Amino acid sequence: MYNRVSRVIDSFGWPRIIIAIFLVILFAITPIIGMRLDTSLSDMLIRVGMNGILVLAMVPMIQSGCGLNFGLPLGVIAGLVGAVTSMEFNWQGTDGFCMAVLFSIPLAAVLGFFYGWLLNMAKGEEMMIATYVGFSSVAFMSIMWLILPYRNPLMVWGFSGKGLRTTISLDGFWNRMLDSFIPIKIGNHFLFPTGTFLIFAIGCFLMWAFFRTKTGVAMTAAGSNPQFARANGVDVDRMRMLSVVISTVFGAIGMVVYEQSYGFIQLYMGPFYMAFPAVAAVLLGGATINKATIANVIIGTFLFQGILTMTPSVINESLKTDMSEVIRIVVSNGMIVYALTRKGKERKR
Amino acid sequence: MKRRFSLSGIVISNLVPIVFLIFAFIAVPLSGLSVRYLVQEIMTRLGRDSFLVLSLLVPVMAGMGLNFGMVLGAMAGQIGLIFISDWGVVGVPGILVAALIGTPISIALGLFCGSIMNRAKGREMVTSYILGFFMDGAYQFFILYCMGSLIILRNPELLLSRGYGVRNTVDLLGIRQILDDLIPLSVGGIQIPVASFVLLATLCLILVWFSRTKLGQDMRALGRDMAVADGAGISVARTRIIAIVISTLLACYGQIVSLQNLGTINTYSSHQQVGIFAIAALLVGGGSVEKATIPNVFIGVLLFHVMFVVSPMAGKNLIGDAQLGEYFRVFVSYGIIAVTLLLHAWKHRRELRDRRKAEDSAAVDDSRSEGAAL
Repeated sequence: MYNRVSRVIDSFGWPRIIIAIFLVILFAITPIIGMRLDTSLSDMLIRVGMNGILVLAMVPMIQSGCGLNFGLPLGVIAGLVGAVTSMEFNWQGTDGFCMAVLFSIPLAAVLGFFYGWLLNMAKGEEMMIATYVGFSSVAFMSIMWLILPYRNPLMVWGFSGKGLRTTISLDGFWNRMLDSFIPIKIGNHFLFPTGTFLIFAIGCFLMWAFFRTKTGVAMTAAGSNPQFARANGVDVDRMRMLSVVISTVFGAIGMVVYEQSYGFIQLYMGPFYMAFPAVAAVLLGGATINKATIANVIIGTFLFQGILTMTPSVINESLKTDMSEVIRIVVSNGMIVYALTRKGKERKR
Repeated sequence: MKRRFSLSGIVISNLVPIVFLIFAFIAVPLSGLSVRYLVQEIMTRLGRDSFLVLSLLVPVMAGMGLNFGMVLGAMAGQIGLIFISDWGVVGVPGILVAALIGTPISIALGLFCGSIMNRAKGREMVTSYILGFFMDGAYQFFILYCMGSLIILRNPELLLSRGYGVRNTVDLLGIRQILDDLIPLSVGGIQIPVASFVLLATLCLILVWFSRTKLGQDMRALGRDMAVADGAGISVARTRIIAIVISTLLACYGQIVSLQNLGTINTYSSHQQVGIFAIAALLVGGGSVEKATIPNVFIGVLLFHVMFVVSPMAGKNLIGDAQLGEYFRVFVSYGIIAVTLLLHAWKHRRELRDRRKAEDSAAVDDSRSEGAAL
């Protein structure tokens, strides 16, 4: 009996259990300290929808053996360029959103292609290089935001008429376009962001279906045993490349979805640390650095975003201090460190 | 390496410093800064940052790559400095007391970081990097919530207005440039921080001596081949932890030296910058993940800081926007790390492939039997 329990706990992973219990406790004490449970739930759901696709973008690269995609900012940048370009043409509502996605996909594919090429050159050191490719591309784009010829007065600095602002409001464009698509409202305080979840579900389904196609299976094989895959005629480098492209494209789409829910486009140093919450979420969901499933993504996003939504409000209310930032840093990075050390243990066995 | 001693070989292995040298030659005249100003700045910055960069050498020697965990040491140093500015210890004793407080903290952090890295062999760099972020959370918790509430600070000027937690900036008036001005010397109007340089020279000598001790030799053996070293009876885990402890300790002292020059601590960000800049500087100086020497450190600090001083002005004069130069600086510091890591991984992989080609037939048989077994 004890063995079975410990095995279940082992397979589920201690951090995940602790975080889940912590989250349940947070929800349990919301009514006690006088907060509305339905508001909290609704906030959490909106944030889950907002971040879901970005977390989903982690899956292909983990599966193909490229590790955690710390270079997600590259996809994010494509999403930002798409959004800004769509706004430049003054497309509003659904058109604006769709055009943003359409603009960002090819750009993400091209960036992903180069990024994948770099990572293929750097096998074994992918994660470190990915981090710095992400960082340097954010810094490079900061230069570009200043000099690219965008002219829409709603987006550029008022006094000079050029150079994009650090934060651009989506009001009047496609702010909350998906969140308010057939919203399910219960009472005054609960809103289920149907559209965002629909997109997240479609993304999950596509990813799930992809890993059941021949290419998807080959990709998984390339990740779990490169020699075996090569012996069976799988072009490992090509699979890795493809996984990076898919990951970057999902990152771009995820970013556009994120923006519509957030209501603002954040440029310059905004996307700098964008990869870390997504990485932490998929790991919290039970993924390791060489295996991730759609279930990991969904569970992880709920747990991680749940913690992020609930801790500030509950702890501020009960302790009268704002410790949310510290908790966010410790939980997300602690989770990544745990995952990085765990793989080492498995290898020893 | 010795058999391919050609000009192109030298250029390729020193590609990064050469690129930076060319950049400096172009950007210095563009910036319009006077030579005297530049020399002064570089002198100050050499004294300020070299110590921190030197702290990276030992883990590289032990084959653990670039120790991004050095930020842990920097945090320990900052904690020491916050305490002395609370107690009002000034002058050289202030620096010594801060180092004394930082020592046990950084040894503990080094032990922690070392044992984590032992559990993540083969990906020490990314692990230590994330560990830096993780411990930043712990550091913030300590400074922002414990100091002033659990740990009593007497000086109200250090605290946030709410009564606990340390302010965003802490002035180090008591020890400001104490070390730099200890032995005053100026040549042609340029101040030279003699005492800091003496300290650096001592540290370099110690490092050279250390690499010749038994422990240092063990570390080098580890750096060459962990399995062979293990077979030769070297305790791998223990030696690696010692390497990280030394690095963390040096980073702690390095941060104290660097902050006494600056004169203020940005309580919540000083340590974050340190890791990136020290590592970028070492790489710019021609160091790599596998090999880094003392000359690499000084060349790196020199070139990196020339770029640092010059690029905002050069950006302003060239394109008319200082902000652009600022972003360019950030881009270069991150880009250079990306490129050098990439070059290193690429070289490493090519070596592996060459080795594999040598054992070609055996490998083919291996993979066949493996495929059949599966």
